[in-house]
Amino acid sequence: MYPDSMRESIRRMEATREARMKQTFPMRTAEEKKELLRRFHPDYIEESMRKLAVGPNQGERTPNELADVLEAWPVFDETSIDLSQVEQDVDVLIIGGGGAGAAAALTAQAAGARVLLVTKLRTGDANTMMAQGGIQAADKPNDSPARHYLDVLGGGHFKNIPSLARALVLDAPGVIAWLEELGVMFDKQKDGTMITIHGGGTSRKRMHACRDYTGAEIMRVLRDELVNRNVSRVEFAAAVELLTDGRGTVTGAVFVNLETGQKWIARAKTVILATGGCGRLHIQGFPCTNHYGATADGLVLAYRAGAKLIFMDTIQYHPTGVAYPEQIVGLLITEKVRGLGAQLVNDQGNRFIYELESRDITASAIIRECREGRGVRTPTGVFGVWLDSPLIEMLKGEGAVKASLPAMYHQFARYGIFMDREPVLTYPTQHYQNGGILIDEDGLSGVGNLYAAGEVSGGIHGRNRLMGNSLLDILVFGRRAGKAAAEAAKATKAVPELSLKHVAAFKRELAAAKVPRSRKSPMILPDYRQPAMRGRYSFLGPDPECVLPAD
Amino acid sequence: MTNQPAKPKDQNQNSFDSSSLVTIYVMGKAYQVPKNLTIMKAMEYAGYQFIRGCGCRGGFCGACGTVYRTKDSYKIKVGLACQTVIENDMYLTQIPFFPANKATYDVAKLEPTTQTLVRHYPEIMRCISCNSCTKICPQEIDVMGYVNAAIRGDCERVADLSFDCIMCGLCASRCPAEIVQYNVALLARRIVGAKIRPRAPHLRDRLRELETGECLPAVEELTRLGEQELSERYYDKKVRDIEPE
Ligand SMILES: Cc1cc2nc3c(=O)[nH]c(=O)nc-3n(C[C@H](O)[C@H](O)[C@H](O)COP(=O)(O)OP(=O)(O)OC[C@H]3O[C@@H](n4cnc5c(N)ncnc54)[C@H](O)[C@@H]3O)c2cc1C
Ligand code: SF4
Ligand code: SF4
Ligand code: FES
Repeated sequence: MYPDSMRESIRRMEATREARMKQTFPMRTAEEKKELLRRFHPDYIEESMRKLAVGPNQGERTPNELADVLEAWPVFDETSIDLSQVEQDVDVLIIGGGGAGAAAALTAQAAGARVLLVTKLRTGDANTMMAQGGIQAADKPNDSPARHYLDVLGGGHFKNIPSLARALVLDAPGVIAWLEELGVMFDKQKDGTMITIHGGGTSRKRMHACRDYTGAEIMRVLRDELVNRNVSRVEFAAAVELLTDGRGTVTGAVFVNLETGQKWIARAKTVILATGGCGRLHIQGFPCTNHYGATADGLVLAYRAGAKLIFMDTIQYHPTGVAYPEQIVGLLITEKVRGLGAQLVNDQGNRFIYELESRDITASAIIRECREGRGVRTPTGVFGVWLDSPLIEMLKGEGAVKASLPAMYHQFARYGIFMDREPVLTYPTQHYQNGGILIDEDGLSGVGNLYAAGEVSGGIHGRNRLMGNSLLDILVFGRRAGKAAAEAAKATKAVPELSLKHVAAFKRELAAAKVPRSRKSPMILPDYRQPAMRGRYSFLGPDPECVLPAD
Repeated sequence: MTNQPAKPKDQNQNSFDSSSLVTIYVMGKAYQVPKNLTIMKAMEYAGYQFIRGCGCRGGFCGACGTVYRTKDSYKIKVGLACQTVIENDMYLTQIPFFPANKATYDVAKLEPTTQTLVRHYPEIMRCISCNSCTKICPQEIDVMGYVNAAIRGDCERVADLSFDCIMCGLCASRCPAEIVQYNVALLARRIVGAKIRPRAPHLRDRLRELETGECLPAVEELTRLGEQELSERYYDKKVRDIEPE
């Protein structure tokens, strides 16, 4: 329910609806876009970034919060680990149980490898589960992989690695077919034709969806398949370090059982990191859309093992995060709402940007409106702009909101806001890590036998990812990495040696750079307790440097 | 800057008013917490750090099913901890895990007959139509309705009714017939997706074109272009026209 102060603003917005419905809003030119980004996008705030002092990306800029986990000490003393006690011995070790990890595990096992999938929370407690909007693939007659490629590069500001973008668009139809065979229920017409819509930055309607549970539908099917195919899995275990042979090749990982605190080792011929993104670092203090475990652990582990990261100075802020009610601030309002025709409207009742510009542009425009005094103020002093969702009912017919956006509808209805009749208030929220571990077309990182797939990887999307290309990328590269890692494992005959020498070497760099010893990573889980209780990770055991004194 | 984003350490603080506190009971133990928080944020405020019972924090993963009672009420209520706002005198317990039976199958070999669901989950026949499952579902799904459809073998109906299921397991925790409703629904949806609905014809056409290599030269050409040329094509309305709504 909206307070009176906001109702007034809603009335201003409703007054312009008729006129707005007929209005076509021009796209910004390349010049205008640059200017908008430079003045309003969070990535361009100099003070929020610093140059890395250690590691493979030394000297490159990255947000302070990311630098704080990359330039940090390990959570345990590497000499305390008994490397002769190998608990699991496999061909391919997959770390992370989201969409990328599941796709990699299924593919690697199908290729004949002995696989183990280890994940921090439950399988599917992951960003993949939360994706609502859809997945892109150029499979309609008026579309083509080349067109998809051009869109991907335009979205990425032409910085994408061509071979990766090429793999993405060429594998896309195959991925959709794979999901269809597994029984993912895409929105379809009676004859089987996919119902596809636009997303930000698409020149053709190529967004495939499963109502607004696209990621959940894909994830629950992949998880079911992991069980059916009897893929070995360990849950509630976090990778806290990679193992190497001491000569730059990865040979396994150290895990901690989150419930008992016990550390254990998995030895593997090849390792696939599929640990997802970094939303829970709350870059620049933004709220985020990500799941609880999105803490950049994979980046930290790979960085210590010598993997190069790419585009670590760009974070994606989703233009439409919830700005009201307070309880769900930061959660995502899917782009599909705009795809279906809802318009962005400021406090004066005016549109200010074409709704389907790429995300960084749209987010910058919303920030501009709020900063320049055209935002809607909530009772707690947060600003936002309206997303005129009732328009969808007018454009697509009565009941369209509930039918196409049940998850969204529910989310707001719980707080007495009904999207089919009232607009919702939005402001950008931290959403996606555009960059990550630099990979090649097989998902191989710069480090021997270390693969990466999904949001933890970087290069595919350049400096900005378009909606629907991430669900696609996790499956394209999850499958590619799974296949390549299985083959590489087959080619590896010797028993991999286990060492933590790379950690010792990294610690020397940290000491030389005078990184404070209290700064530890990986974060594993964010700590939202009151300050006096923070730092007590029962599952990591007592740590004199990071545990606060008992009161 | 008008929007002052909260620092991470203030994620909790920024969204509550500590002047008005309410009492909640976490597994029987009392805590004073600011009102208007979700159950999840209230428990964190009280000092719990979740390991189980917290996944997406956005109502999608089903990790945070919570059962509660309020004082002087015989009624058991449920909610998702990440979505439900606390009330005074709430007695909370989370059900982050409930052991469940799951059939295994090879989807490619499934036959979409009316018997398929019953064959994999014969226990659905034991449903006594008590409606406990529907009453408890935090997604407001007609769970009994889809179980009845499953008994009739109507996969499409099951799929449609159950689509919003987040597999939180609360329905199974209440079922006197020991049915695991959400796994039955998952099987039904997979049958519908893989076996009942026709495959997309345009997708087959594109796959054929990919196989013959027809699509390749156009993509290859683009991969060789520099930023300038790509940008020109991208902004050229004749090369990259936008499909109208
Ligand atoms: C709310 C939301 C909506 C989105 N909507 C869309 C959309 O409509 N279309 C689209 O294409 N994309 C969308 N995205 C983006 C997309 O969903 C994600 O980028 C993608 O699913 C990431 O998949 P992943 O497998 O790489 O990572 P995840 O799915 O996040 O999985 C990572 C897994 O690794 C585990 N893990 C992390 N650290 C460790 C560790 N140390 N040890 C062991 N395991 C660990 C995590 O717990 C998790 O299970 C959305 C994202 C969000 C958050
Ligand atoms: S049907 Fe059952 S498992 Fe699914 S959301 Fe409802 S209560 Fe949870
Ligand atoms: S709880 Fe069990 S027995 Fe009761 S209606 Fe639901 S499925 Fe049937
Ligand atoms: S934490 Fe995922 S549904 Fe609540």
